[in-house]
Amino acid sequence: MLDVIWLVPALPLVGFLTILLLGRRLGEPGAGYIAAAAVLGSFLVTVGAFFDLLSMDEHHREHVSVLFSWVPVSSLQIDMALLADPLSITMALFVTGIGFLIHLFAIGYMHGDPKFPKFFLYLNLFVLSMLMLVLGENLLVTFLGWEGVGACSYFLISFWHTRESAATAGKKAFVTNRIGDWGVMLAMFLGFQAVGSVSYSALNGAAESGALASSTATGIALLLFVGAAGKSAQLPLYLWLPDAMEGPTPVSALIHAATMVTAGVFLMTRMNPVIAASADYAPQIIAWVGALTALFAATIAVAQHDIKKVLAYSTVSQLGYMFLAVGTGAYVAAVFHMVTHAFFKALMFLGSGSVIHGMHHEQDMRRMGALRTVMPITAGTFIVGWLAIAGVPPFAGFWSKDEILLFTLASSPVLYVIGLVTAVLTAFYMTRQVVMVFFGEARWESHADDHGAHGEFRPHESPPIMLVPLVVLAGLSMVGGVIQLPSFGIIPDGWRHRLEDWLHPVVEPGEAVIKGTGAYDAKSWLALLAIACAALGIAAAIAVYAKGRAKPFEPELLARGWRYDEAISAFMGGPGRRAFDAVARFDSQVVDGAVTGTATGVRSVAERLRRGQTGFVRNYSAVVVAGVLGVLIWFVIIRGVL
Amino acid sequence: MHGAADFPLLSMLVMVPAIGSLLVALSPRRRPEYAKLIATVTSVGVGAMSVWMLRAFDSHSGDFQFVSRHPWIESWGISWHLGVDGISLFLVVLTGVLFPLAIVGIDPHNDDPRRDKPYFAWLLLLEAGVMGSFVSLDLFLFFVFFEIVLVPMYFLIGGWGYEGRVGAATKFFLYTMLGSAFMLVSILATVFIASANGLGRITFDLIELAEGASFAASTGRWLFFGFAIAFAVKVPVFPLHTWLPDAHTQAPTAGSVVLAGVMLKLGTYGFLRFGLYLFPEAARWSRPLWLTLAVIGIIYGAIAATMQGDLKRLVAYSSVAHLGFIVLGTFAFTSQAITGSVMQMVNHGVSTGALFLMVGMIYERRHTRQIADLRGLQHVAPVFAAAFTVVMLSSIGVPGLNGFVGEYLILIGSFLTARWWVVVAATGVILAALYLLWAYQRVFHGEPDEENRSFPELRWREGMVLLPFIGIIVFTGIYPKPMLERIEPAVHDLIEHVSERTGYVEPQPTAVSVDDGHGEGE
Repeated sequence: MLDVIWLVPALPLVGFLTILLLGRRLGEPGAGYIAAAAVLGSFLVTVGAFFDLLSMDEHHREHVSVLFSWVPVSSLQIDMALLADPLSITMALFVTGIGFLIHLFAIGYMHGDPKFPKFFLYLNLFVLSMLMLVLGENLLVTFLGWEGVGACSYFLISFWHTRESAATAGKKAFVTNRIGDWGVMLAMFLGFQAVGSVSYSALNGAAESGALASSTATGIALLLFVGAAGKSAQLPLYLWLPDAMEGPTPVSALIHAATMVTAGVFLMTRMNPVIAASADYAPQIIAWVGALTALFAATIAVAQHDIKKVLAYSTVSQLGYMFLAVGTGAYVAAVFHMVTHAFFKALMFLGSGSVIHGMHHEQDMRRMGALRTVMPITAGTFIVGWLAIAGVPPFAGFWSKDEILLFTLASSPVLYVIGLVTAVLTAFYMTRQVVMVFFGEARWESHADDHGAHGEFRPHESPPIMLVPLVVLAGLSMVGGVIQLPSFGIIPDGWRHRLEDWLHPVVEPGEAVIKGTGAYDAKSWLALLAIACAALGIAAAIAVYAKGRAKPFEPELLARGWRYDEAISAFMGGPGRRAFDAVARFDSQVVDGAVTGTATGVRSVAERLRRGQTGFVRNYSAVVVAGVLGVLIWFVIIRGVL
Repeated sequence: MHGAADFPLLSMLVMVPAIGSLLVALSPRRRPEYAKLIATVTSVGVGAMSVWMLRAFDSHSGDFQFVSRHPWIESWGISWHLGVDGISLFLVVLTGVLFPLAIVGIDPHNDDPRRDKPYFAWLLLLEAGVMGSFVSLDLFLFFVFFEIVLVPMYFLIGGWGYEGRVGAATKFFLYTMLGSAFMLVSILATVFIASANGLGRITFDLIELAEGASFAASTGRWLFFGFAIAFAVKVPVFPLHTWLPDAHTQAPTAGSVVLAGVMLKLGTYGFLRFGLYLFPEAARWSRPLWLTLAVIGIIYGAIAATMQGDLKRLVAYSSVAHLGFIVLGTFAFTSQAITGSVMQMVNHGVSTGALFLMVGMIYERRHTRQIADLRGLQHVAPVFAAAFTVVMLSSIGVPGLNGFVGEYLILIGSFLTARWWVVVAATGVILAALYLLWAYQRVFHGEPDEENRSFPELRWREGMVLLPFIGIIVFTGIYPKPMLERIEPAVHDLIEHVSERTGYVEPQPTAVSVDDGHGEGE
């Protein structure tokens, strides 16, 4: 299937074009089925490509397919080319696989929406862009996808655009991402100047062979990280992601949890030789930003009441873990966590969508409770996701988070402590959410009046087309860890480090060596410590929210996200806006004023000169006489002609 | 020089619209419908010829093609010398395609149908002037066409514009005339000084002057600045831009489309054809000035655009920013940057032309251009909104659409010779997203209020006019190669010429030879 790897992005393109031309005729649910079928087709081709690669020798697992010459000018030659290698195929597998499940879910979730076909139009365009991003053979093709997913994210966040908040959130996401894009563009320019190409093989090859100067590599790495911080919602650019929850929930699951937001992590992994070739402080910055983001977002998640906001901050936090992994050279762990996170976070977002659907668009957790009785399947699958993200073995999240923490300790004890504290908080806020939504007393009954239109308000379980994806994702969240099991005594040899072996050719230059470090020797104890942290977080949350042993600690400051967003908005709305206004005024008054002033000046001089033109002969003759006298005086007296 | 030279294609491109204009002027007063008919036939014919030229153009050559050269005023060395190369090719085609769309697709809204006659006559004369400017290879001829352009534009703005049209038209005319005065002096001085220094005879021929004459550095710089002022006003380069928002806002839709689409490019094209080519030394020498003004224009234009309340003014200021990119690329002196600049001239013409068209459609429906009066249009006119979105994303420079390719080439090429300017200029892409998306949100998003609820959806005729724009936007974004490979040879020759004259060496990043990257020898 490697020869037809172009089919992977081409199928969603066909789906997009079909819905574009026939969308209204296809209607509901036809458009949804077309879109889902296109993504399923991509998935199957990717699976085929995966087995093709698997059958090849490890060092030759790479297939480049040049579609056409895209931007050729003199020394700059950029092809529209796809690269199938272990990393891109891993990404493509979960993008198309989870993408397909979310398409199915969305057919049920978007039922009855007047813009049903348009939703799937955007969704297919998104999958197309995301696949270009991960399959790109060079930075520019990736950037095409990178901006494409950004545009789709904009369309989909502001999908319900008559709502002012949705429109604002979409714009904010796009503009914030553009700040990151500035970094990616400059990184490309720097790379082109240094090695005459923007293809991954040239840049990484130069980095590996030492042809890339360390200062250049540092510049490229950090500029790309600016882009990654924008796309993957890291400090200080994370603030668009919580707002992005204005989009329909399948969008939150697909774009803002499973796929698009991991693009930054992917890019860093793709460029790992360049990061390895850069100065030591570059990966350290990445690790610190990741760790601080993880902790920062986790503290905010503790005090959120909107079911999706909790998940959004949780996503920011988990992405922080991935960058922590990237910064400590744990690329395999980063990809591993990316995959498991895609499973359980997509699951929980879809679960929250199912809840919101069942609750008639109620998102406030304070009005939920005891939903497990009316929505058993949603509750059951959500609980699996909760255990996975909290780090309870043997669920998927435990393995990947444990591996990140292991590498972190080997790199810096301080970062490790931040990672552990975040793990406690993660277990705490997720337990809080599960308790508030699915357990305790049913608080929705007392709020039934708010939904007066329905008369009798009763949450209901979602239709099968929404539940099947939940069940599949729950299964993956349970067993997802098998792709990369650590080398513990009881785990058979053949099951250990499968992802690591698979990704080895790609991440080899940048991957940190963990064997032989003190952390590695103590790994069993560390795993126990991580489990204890998870247990601590869960127990504390149960004590507070289920048993009522202590009053909830949800300070206003955390609920409002440390007021970071407010501060930025206040700055943009205040001094920022005034500065912009000042420029506009400067233009109309000073720059244009100079022009108008000149014109007025010329006119008034002309006006005065015109007054001389009286038409009376005596005036003219007086001027002539005066002139003659003047000339005579000039020659006679001053020049002394006579 | 070209095989098809027997047919005077370029002369036809210039003369046919001029004759068409005359025919419209002579058409019977009582049959105003003849005016539009003649204008349509003429402009479509010219458009077809320009497209045919695109097909016949030899993409491997950087020389002038379809050259036609006839002595005109022999004693002064003035000749009817026309030619087209990669730098002017797409501007000619753009002119050829844009005019029929403007003539067929935009209703001038004349209350009195007899006013159609002068309207179409002026438009055709404008087309002749623009075409002539792009294909002239004789300084005198160029100046004549460059000036002819002003007259019809003045009357179009003054006669068919909006409330403040007279002031805007006068400002436009005087401002650009002032610039041209400097150019006229420079042209005459160039010719005479050249004849005294090396050439030995009076000639206005561009190629003879550029290849044969040599100026002392200080002389060349004075002469260059005479030209540069005229072009800088036309582009417009900050701080000479304030005629543009007024002219754009007050011009009728067809005027704005042509103004943004092709007329501003007379300035950027002039810089390449007459600035860099005639005075390489002076252009190199004054490079920091132009780069700085370009970058200021990019940021400043974008910030000013953000704060505009009038849609047309917003698009006008966005033009200041976009043309800043083109000037940046022009003075970067690398193949990528200049090729990107030439491409961006066309891209800006297409996307800004389309933006003005659509703002015109909004005005036609709502009789306002104020952002504050508009709301929720996407809800009532989704197809219109979708078309606007594509054009907007092209203007923002989203990859996959045309605007990105040009901008990217300009920036990556300029980075090689003007790194820190590019670092600042690249922030322009953030601001572009800001002002356009903010305006889009206020106009198209939200719940439509009473006045906007009955906003009519895109009509068939309007869709047919927009379709070519959107087609070009998508096609050149995904497959720019046919365009780039035609532009590049001419750009290469131009840089070569600069190198010969100034000793400048174009930086060529060469691929580091890599033994296939991934772990061969392990």
